[in-house]
Amino acid sequence: MDTKNIVLNVNGIEVIYNHVILVLKGVSLQVPEQGIVAILGGKGAGKTTTLRAVVGLLGRRSGRIEVAGQPTEGMPPEAIAHLGVAWCPEERGIFASLSTEENLLLPPVLKPGGLSLEEIYTLFPNLAQRRKSQGTKLSGGEQQMLAIARILRTGAKLLLLDECTEGLAPIIVHKIGEVIRTLRERGFTVLMVEQNFRFASALADRFYVIEEGAVVEQFRREDIAGRREEIEKLLGL
Amino acid sequence: MDTFFGVPAPALIGQVVIGLINGAFYSLMSLGLAIIFGMLHVVNFAHGAQYMMGGFVAWGLLEYFGLSYWWALLIVPMVMGLVGMLMERLLLRHLYNVDHVYALLLTLGVSLLLEGAFRLKFGISGQPYPNPMSGGLDVAISFIPWYRLWVIAVALGVCLGTWYFIERTKLGSYLRAANENPNLVRTFGINVPRMLMLTYAFGVALAGFSGVMAAPIYQVSPHMGANLIIVVFAVVVIGGMGSILGSILTGFGLGLLEGLTKLFAPDYAGIVIFIVMILTLAFRPNGLFGRAE
Repeated sequence: MDTKNIVLNVNGIEVIYNHVILVLKGVSLQVPEQGIVAILGGKGAGKTTTLRAVVGLLGRRSGRIEVAGQPTEGMPPEAIAHLGVAWCPEERGIFASLSTEENLLLPPVLKPGGLSLEEIYTLFPNLAQRRKSQGTKLSGGEQQMLAIARILRTGAKLLLLDECTEGLAPIIVHKIGEVIRTLRERGFTVLMVEQNFRFASALADRFYVIEEGAVVEQFRREDIAGRREEIEKLLGL
Repeated sequence: MDTFFGVPAPALIGQVVIGLINGAFYSLMSLGLAIIFGMLHVVNFAHGAQYMMGGFVAWGLLEYFGLSYWWALLIVPMVMGLVGMLMERLLLRHLYNVDHVYALLLTLGVSLLLEGAFRLKFGISGQPYPNPMSGGLDVAISFIPWYRLWVIAVALGVCLGTWYFIERTKLGSYLRAANENPNLVRTFGINVPRMLMLTYAFGVALAGFSGVMAAPIYQVSPHMGANLIIVVFAVVVIGGMGSILGSILTGFGLGLLEGLTKLFAPDYAGIVIFIVMILTLAFRPNGLFGRAE
């Protein structure tokens, strides 16, 4: 991989929980600019923890994380956000005290190059129709779209999407896939955590499989055809 | 003479005004407590001591620097805001990740320390503070001093302004969002720890401001906060912990209720708020305006 265009470089991160349990045991991964990278693996494997480490929400960790070439050691989450990283958490984090549009407008614009509100509404017409509704009154699919849409305005170009298809109807999953493709064309880079291998395999160029806090396998999309049986067995499909 | 349920009209008007004055202080104080609790999840037991400090700073500005009430109204909230910032940064910040009881005990300790220190320095008898507004309004056959009307109007204005800021502005939406999910808001690039510090500073400034407002009506004394804070906590419990509008409405409402009880059932005036508190806890434990967690 061309190291010049690596936007996110995670190198050997270890996270210890409560001084005892090793949650991440030296996870390393690289995300190239305008790439779509998927982290696969079962529940509790350390996928979400990896994303939380990147956005700076884990107080103590060892190893090195670089965003756009800049090491983030010791930086608080609000400073890491200014490097152009945005996170869409698994639980979506829609604010009950805010309307759909207030939720959309909440994250401040930190850098130029984000989408405008009109562009976001073109991408997600449902949200335009429900702009006045309370954020948590939206359907699960709409809330997921809102959670993704919300981080597109800020100018962040590296999007971390945690389980963005979980529990959603196939038609919504398809729509989210289309949106992610469009975003890549618009210059965004995506690192996603997925349990849905079918969804991820149609989108991502590079895959990391995490198991018990360590990367146990990595492959590219072009490898899938030749190694399908082996990969599916590894993922327990 | 006009009477109302057997009570002479001037007495009624007098008690309504006293009720609204007390209500104004209950509102200002419980608003500060509600904001601090809502954002920091800290039960700020030092609120009464901070109110007392506000009164003393106003008194000190006049006594030592010749600065009038109007200057105090401006300077005291700034001084107390600074005190709040230091307290949050040096003490409270270290307790966010442990049980809420620790912060409660810390603020209680600070409160006792401050009250003790002021008692040592100034004694228990109060210091008088001159009324900045002479004269008053003649309504029928009763007389309402201008200053009391000023207190009611300003308290109402400050309360509604604060409510508007939190509920209707962009910065207020950051506060509400950070209250729901501080970590996520931090990843949006918003400095939540600084916001918490400023929120605490604002709450403390509000207590200091109330102290200045109270100085011309009550005397400035080391116990002025301790006397008020117990009732204010009852107001907060009745309104619902953390509810902004709830604390404003409940503050004024209970002040009025207390005033009217003095007329119609004087024996119960001192305990009526606590009776309402017990009933609220029994039938609506989250308070009249509080949301279930």
